Amino acid sequence: MELIEQLLQYTLSGLSTGAIYALIGLGFAIIYNSTSIINFAQGEFVMLGGMLTLFFHVTLGLYLPLAVVLAIAVATAVGALFERLAISPLKDAEPIILVIITIGGSILIRGVAMLLWGKDTHALPMFSGDEPIILLGAAIMPQNIWIFGVTLIIITANRLFFHHSMSGKAMRACSFNRVASRLVGIDVKRMILFSFAISSAMGAAAGIIIAPLTMTSYDVGVMLGLKGFCAAIIGGMSTGMGTVAGGLIVGVLESLGAGLISSGYKDAIAFIILLVILLIRPQGLFGKGEAERV
Amino acid sequence: MKRELMKFLVFAAAVLTAPLFLKGGYIVNVLVFVGIYTILAVALNLLLGLAGQISLGQAAFFGLGAYISGVLTATHAANPWVAMVIAVIAVGAIAFVLGFPILKLKGHYLAMATLGMGIIVYIIFNETVDITGGPSGLSGIPNLSICGVVFNTDMKNYYLVWSFAMATILLSLNLSASRIGRALRAIHDSEVAARILGVNVRLLKVQIFTVSGIFSALAGSLYAHTVQFISPASFGFNVSIELLTMVIIGGLGSIYGSFLGAAILTLLPELFRTFQDYDIVVYGTVLIVMTMFMPGGIVRGVPLLARSLLVRVKAVRSSEKRV
Repeated sequence: MELIEQLLQYTLSGLSTGAIYALIGLGFAIIYNSTSIINFAQGEFVMLGGMLTLFFHVTLGLYLPLAVVLAIAVATAVGALFERLAISPLKDAEPIILVIITIGGSILIRGVAMLLWGKDTHALPMFSGDEPIILLGAAIMPQNIWIFGVTLIIITANRLFFHHSMSGKAMRACSFNRVASRLVGIDVKRMILFSFAISSAMGAAAGIIIAPLTMTSYDVGVMLGLKGFCAAIIGGMSTGMGTVAGGLIVGVLESLGAGLISSGYKDAIAFIILLVILLIRPQGLFGKGEAERV
Repeated sequence: MKRELMKFLVFAAAVLTAPLFLKGGYIVNVLVFVGIYTILAVALNLLLGLAGQISLGQAAFFGLGAYISGVLTATHAANPWVAMVIAVIAVGAIAFVLGFPILKLKGHYLAMATLGMGIIVYIIFNETVDITGGPSGLSGIPNLSICGVVFNTDMKNYYLVWSFAMATILLSLNLSASRIGRALRAIHDSEVAARILGVNVRLLKVQIFTVSGIFSALAGSLYAHTVQFISPASFGFNVSIELLTMVIIGGLGSIYGSFLGAAILTLLPELFRTFQDYDIVVYGTVLIVMTMFMPGGIVRGVPLLARSLLVRVKAVRSSEKRV
């Protein structure tokens, strides 16, 4: 019985971190689909979400919901600015150049955060108390419920936006064929800017809801970003359920691995999954193969 | 070809005589590290600048070289030279085997896969405490020695490390100018075109990945035997990024550029003590600004900049004359 309870506990906490990875992964996928760029700076927006909320809420003493809104707004602005200053001027560059630029952006954002807020690890207070709720013998924090709820809302909103709004449809059109989209009058440059703004906002939201559970510091973005990427790869870079499933798979496997095998190798598990998927099924578990365009 | 040889001889003479002007001391110690990072940057440049294949996991090969050398000598009392040879061969074999699956990937995916590889290796260094000593590191690694001369001072290490660095540079210059170098550049421009022209793209990519791994392992082994202490922190993700920055600063594809990049990024923090806290901000800015405005690096960018300035100055003068 004890083992089953343990398994349930690990699975539940895995699902909640997995939801975070899913949100980050969706951010990767949205940018990839509109620009064919893997934004290595994605994780930094997750960090910005947590750190900015901490700054507004704890340092400036603002009311939490206001702090959250401000944090997401600032992170989104940083994402849009990054696209305008560094990505937009060289849109037709080689992939290697874009990899290097986004890595540069990621280090720069991390560095500025370090200068502003120092190297310490901080905890954001839980949104609604720290009394665990017992569910079938497994304890979950109210914060986990926040995570599931917010993730569900964002994923639904994301789906509605991409399938039922004009801008969302235009962005999908860009991801299918940029030239054709331009021909029918879609402002492709603006759609690319949108995609950076949306994915920074989603990253920041993920960073905010996870911060009370895992603590936050200037360098949390690296690992979270990479695991989000892992989710997107499993999902075949889809902006839909594939990536969400990918995130949950990574989260649960990681949590089970840490609990049952060794917590030291926890971070390695996500990367082993990443390598295996990249090498065996680079199109993702759910994706269809795509021929290389020469 | 003669010009290339002259360039190399001038460079070699400068490297040989540099310590005579410096009268020893701390700066020589720093120059030892410049030598080690030059080997690493040249190794990455062969892969990234020449063949156009990115690797964000170079620190893994550097670390594996250092740890194999360190563990064999400090724990198992092996001869340092034997350990170095074993380290280089073992890492070469690992790179060769990993190269086939990993180099099937391209661009962003290759970057992520090599990054993942680097982080897994880093985690292994930290977790296998019984072998590597874990986060607190491995100490008591002996110095290298030849016929009773032990390389235990900065000055001796300078000549030791730089003879290897010069050999690496010479080999890389030759490789770059050879038929293989041209084939690699063809892969960089278009893999399909290279394949049509009869280049065995898959094998050649794996081979250059292996050469890059071997040089990095050599640098790792030299690092272990000169510093005599290693810990995982010296082989983390940041180091891979630092190497990437060195190659970009110096110029993709330029071997001497890699030396310049290594020298600049190693000397700058020593010159500015406060640099320590700002280093990642500086690296980030440098990566973005250099790739956007000087994609050829210092080696190609500075002469280009000078020429365009000259043209502008001449234009101003001629317009003044007209007035």
